[in-house]
Amino acid sequence: MMKKILELNNVNVSFHTFAGEVKAVRGVNLHLEKGESLAIVGESGSGKSVTSKSIMRLLPEKTSEIKEGEILFEGRDLTKLSNREMEKIRGSEISMIFQDPMTSLNPTMTVGKQIMEGLRKHQNLSKNEAKERAINLLKLVGIPNPELRINEYPHQFSGGMRQRVVIAIALACNPKVLIADEPTTALDVTIQAQILDLMRDLQQKTGTAIILITHDLGVVANLSQRVAVMYGGTIVETGTTDEVFYNPKHPYTWGLLSSMPKLNSAEKELMAIPGTPPNLLNPPKGCPFAARCPYAMQVCVDHMPDVTDVTSTHKTACWLLDERAPQVEPPEAALVGGAR
Amino acid sequence: MAVVEREKLLEVKNLKKHFNVGKNAVLKAVDNVSFDIYKGETLGLVGESGCGKSTTGRTIIRLYEATGGNVTFEGEDVHGKKSRKELKSFNRRMQMIFQDPYASLNPRMTIKDIIAEGIDIHGLAKNDKERMERVYELLETVGLNRAHASRYPHEFSGGQRQRIGIARALAVDPDFIIADEPISALDVSIQAQVVNLMMKLQKERGLTYLFIAHDLSMVKHISDRVGVMYLGNIVELAASDELYEEPLHPYTQALLSAIPVPDPEMERSRERIILEGDLPSPISPPSGCRFRTRCPHAMDVCASKDPKWMEAREGHWVACHLYDNELNTENKQQ
Repeated sequence: MMKKILELNNVNVSFHTFAGEVKAVRGVNLHLEKGESLAIVGESGSGKSVTSKSIMRLLPEKTSEIKEGEILFEGRDLTKLSNREMEKIRGSEISMIFQDPMTSLNPTMTVGKQIMEGLRKHQNLSKNEAKERAINLLKLVGIPNPELRINEYPHQFSGGMRQRVVIAIALACNPKVLIADEPTTALDVTIQAQILDLMRDLQQKTGTAIILITHDLGVVANLSQRVAVMYGGTIVETGTTDEVFYNPKHPYTWGLLSSMPKLNSAEKELMAIPGTPPNLLNPPKGCPFAARCPYAMQVCVDHMPDVTDVTSTHKTACWLLDERAPQVEPPEAALVGGAR
Repeated sequence: MAVVEREKLLEVKNLKKHFNVGKNAVLKAVDNVSFDIYKGETLGLVGESGCGKSTTGRTIIRLYEATGGNVTFEGEDVHGKKSRKELKSFNRRMQMIFQDPYASLNPRMTIKDIIAEGIDIHGLAKNDKERMERVYELLETVGLNRAHASRYPHEFSGGQRQRIGIARALAVDPDFIIADEPISALDVSIQAQVVNLMMKLQKERGLTYLFIAHDLSMVKHISDRVGVMYLGNIVELAASDELYEEPLHPYTQALLSAIPVPDPEMERSRERIILEGDLPSPISPPSGCRFRTRCPHAMDVCASKDPKWMEAREGHWVACHLYDNELNTENKQQ
């Protein structure tokens, strides 16, 4: 058994809005092992970004609240730390890469200064030491001529290069956990391939555990060992990447897998999931997917399904796995190439 | 996808669109692009951001004036001097669906007025009753209902807004629709809904699409033929199955191998061609073949000579020196 470095137990996050309380994350259980890479997939509004921001405590304090649950980082509950204690962890032990490299860098500071900022704060390096380390980091993330480019400003870099800088900043203090929130969504395919390649390479070199947040199942298959599928603020299915792709159990996962066109299939109509995600202002009482699920039963509408263990690593929250439920086969379109 | 005896709907010849970007710098967003679109087909146009695919679409429909070349729609020139009336008749037959469903609908207009704007301009409805009937009919065609007609855009989700955009395009009964990244702002499960709708409408109404996108797997799914653009040029054009099975141009090959597939085993075993570097600036593009700075197969000739646009196989066009037979025989002789 590997060591759990991060553990989320029954985390509930709500936002207070004029319209009422939005329950964005509802009872999420997750864990991250040392050095592994876990993907959280889901559509916009499924709560994946909120989950990751609650780990970093980056949610607006005035309007949001972690209502319940604990977030254990090496045994310490992050939700109970003071802001000052959290500052010591944020950026040094746990760091984050944001989606948009255009807006996550400060346009008025040189790239070098931005990398050195964290190093100087967390590791008490002298100016020269920090500079040397910054140059090494830029070299590590594949930026040519780091000695010169360290003095340049973000606008002098292209999108892919900026994302490399963002990764360099995130890795500056050798974090134990790296949260990557849609790290390649704003990038072009060929640049995305470069960045994914870099992240895989860096993970092997540094042994950092990665939480990858994305909506792109292709990226998940490329980078992650484990997957958690989120829908309507809850985790509906989690397992190793192989389990979730080749033996999916939740109808939402089936829907996700089958609504993507396959490059090698001649199928003319895509399997779309009808309808839209639930409004979390008053989330449904039962399974959040019930309204869009073709297999929904009365019980799905009335009661939240329990989590069923398919294997020791593969868990699904769906009434179909109850022994009293009818046997349902996943649609053919959900079967990924190598499905057994 | 019958190759024989197809009627050309649109002909694009040596289309150029250059922008002046201060001083004497000229950005050649689209440079010598030629292709045909046949009646009833979907032509996909793919490429990375900045390759000129959207500019191509916008120049075809005359949102931009072309710098050079011409666009012929059913034998008539789209560009050039035109009276208001002539322009209007073109506009009725060519419509556009935009990328961002949040920005392309006027937030102060109701859905019925948004959809009926074209109907009003072209005088397609005799009276108010007929106008409303058409609006209702259009709403139902795109999978919304009558009750939605008097609402405002902010009351709809992204997928629904894109359906409204489609209804607006259909309102004037066009023959040809340019869809500029119609699904990239939507979630995966919603994307499939919109793509299915577009394909259904095409079948029912015999529409012709130019589908512009950067998502290669979706483009393959919806298109009969696909053109690949790089830095203002089309580098390859072929039937979509053929293009994906046997890409000829090194850029197409790299682009295809870069798409992550939702299949872990395949991802683990796949050999990826990872292109180095970034897109060069279109203000000072490389000489000769524009892809040569990132091309794994670049030769000396690529820097000095523009590659010819040639038919490497039947219906499969490519602009690359690797497939230039004259050049290859020359090389062998040396």
